[in-house]
Amino acid sequence: MPGYSDPGFDTLALHAGAAPDPTTGARAVPIHLTTSFVFESSDHAAALFNLERAGHVYSRISNPTNAVLEQRVAALEGGIGAITTASGQAALHLCIATLMGAGSHIVASTALYGGSQNLLHYTMRRFGIDTTFVKPGDVDGWRAAVRPNTKLFFGETVGNPGLDVLDIPTVSAIAHEAGVPLLVDSTLTSPWLMKPFEHGADLVYHSATKFLSGHGTVIGGIVVDAGSFDWARSHATSGKFAELATPYEGFHNMVFTEESTVGAFLLRARREGLRDFGACMSPHSAWLILQGIETLSLRMERHMHNTQKVVEFLASQPFVSRVGHPLLATHPSHALAQKLLPRGAGSVFSFDMKGNREQGKKFIETLKVFSHLANVGDCRSLVIHPATTTHFRMTDEALAAGGITQGTIRLSIGLEDADDLIDDLKRALKAAEKAGV
Amino acid sequence: MELLVNNAATYCYTGGKAYDAAKPTVVFIHGVLHDHSVWILQTRYLANHGWNVLAVDLPGHCRSAGEAPSSVEEAAAFVGALLDAAGVKRAALVGHSWGSLIALEAAARLKDRVSHLVLVGTAFPMKVSPQLLEASLNEPEKAMKMVNVFSRSTLAAPPSALGPGTWVYGGSLALNRRVLRSNTAVNVFHRGFKACDSYANGETAIAQITCPVLFLLGEQDQMTQPAAARGLINKATASGKQVKTVTLPVGHHQMGETPDDTLFAIRSFLAT
Repeated sequence: MPGYSDPGFDTLALHAGAAPDPTTGARAVPIHLTTSFVFESSDHAAALFNLERAGHVYSRISNPTNAVLEQRVAALEGGIGAITTASGQAALHLCIATLMGAGSHIVASTALYGGSQNLLHYTMRRFGIDTTFVKPGDVDGWRAAVRPNTKLFFGETVGNPGLDVLDIPTVSAIAHEAGVPLLVDSTLTSPWLMKPFEHGADLVYHSATKFLSGHGTVIGGIVVDAGSFDWARSHATSGKFAELATPYEGFHNMVFTEESTVGAFLLRARREGLRDFGACMSPHSAWLILQGIETLSLRMERHMHNTQKVVEFLASQPFVSRVGHPLLATHPSHALAQKLLPRGAGSVFSFDMKGNREQGKKFIETLKVFSHLANVGDCRSLVIHPATTTHFRMTDEALAAGGITQGTIRLSIGLEDADDLIDDLKRALKAAEKAGV
Repeated sequence: MELLVNNAATYCYTGGKAYDAAKPTVVFIHGVLHDHSVWILQTRYLANHGWNVLAVDLPGHCRSAGEAPSSVEEAAAFVGALLDAAGVKRAALVGHSWGSLIALEAAARLKDRVSHLVLVGTAFPMKVSPQLLEASLNEPEKAMKMVNVFSRSTLAAPPSALGPGTWVYGGSLALNRRVLRSNTAVNVFHRGFKACDSYANGETAIAQITCPVLFLLGEQDQMTQPAAARGLINKATASGKQVKTVTLPVGHHQMGETPDDTLFAIRSFLAT
């Protein structure tokens, strides 16, 4: 029974990681806008640098405000700790850069955010890290893609924007058979809809820009470690994780897996990744995201309510040829979503209109409540045309693999009155239909 | 480093420093479903401040082979064998929870070979409720959650082990799961709890130690409540031992929730 000692989701969303400020009594989390923290003595300074004592040195590595956010998201996800980053993409890069170098290989879902697909397909290849893309539901494909140098499996809880639900129990089992962890981008679901660790994922990251902050005001990311993957054991048999299981000259010859049986990844990611790559989060951003998380469950509930109404409306429209939400029995992930996402599969989804490209343009430009922009997970409803924006670098073949066509429209359903959203869509659909006459 | 103890490979974390016979030695002994890593900050600090540190994984736990101890006495005998294997003539013993009973029994047996005794989160008798004992055997996941709820004193630990951004509750739960999985032959959770529950020699042992003893307790500890250490403290005092008691505003996760205060209490005591 949740209580003070065993709090539930909403209590953790408000209290995890934060207590009244011991100096001022401030109840809300203070924003510690300082680059550095004074050492008590030379010994204290040396002990902090040598990881003998816990504390803050320099805000690129850690900061008290960010630490509250890190503890809070770790608590909500059921993890052991977290690291805040400059953006969701920085979080993904931090995971990859901590676990591997040139000559390594990743197996990833085809249903990825365009920026992630780009990072893996083009940018990381420039640094010698290769990726094989597999359709999220292709179980044999995941297994067949494993190579001797594979070090990571990666997918999104629900693919953007097709909402292909990743079968985390199955894919994580295949990853673990291969001796590698499963990293999951949980941005579109948030821990309120799904806790990927409970299904077998080992690492989770969020673009906190989206539902965690929820108000379209801040860019940020966060990586959470379940502490479940046994890096030392896997390295002993495969030699794949020397970064964590052998002495690291770049940090006191530390063997991270000896320092911490369950926290080796976070140790290296912070001590090397934030230190050297420097993609840290501003404490002000951390504070804004904390404000969002305080109402996460309330917002997510409303997001799901409105999404259901909008999906039902769109599915009834003759001018709409497809609605890509697992709420509908016609969606390929319908059954899996019911199993893994009983509270809903998110409020970001796509649909296809009949008609041509110009009609699509007319639709978007007619909308008044929906804002045409490149973001999702805002409290305001949003719309975009993926093929010409978020996924514009992808080939038609790659788009098709991700479930996107030239006529696909992506919606992010916000917290407005559902009737107003439906009215807005109704008018825009009518205008688009007329434009084709 | 790895030592051969009772013909079994035994892992000891040394704080990143090689063993140096010229330095005094501290042996750290973990509790049920823990391993050496619960002492990460305290051990690393001491290893860099003039001490040899041997933070052991008990037999059958994580990196150490061998049969997991079935009793406090068996584990105490292992500690003596560990000192022999490491070539340590004299050492301070620091134990947490179950490890505190092991350290106590070992100190009583090893007499002058033990320079200091630190009992963190201790109690005697260390009775485990029948429900928890049963759950540790048949519903270990449920029992681990109970243990961690009882151990937690705050939702907002200050920079804690491992450092900023660590969620101590989750870290402890993950470690529990890992340790349990590390031994596929026996349930080390249930075996450790049974060893705590059945240990009966505490008051005799405390009267037999020849070194100073520090009781390092958690004010809000629901696993080993401070009052449950009172008998041992009284017995040690009545037996003329040099006794120090430090009570921290914390639960049973002393090393994780208040790493600095725990370190300072140990450091100060070892300096006496």
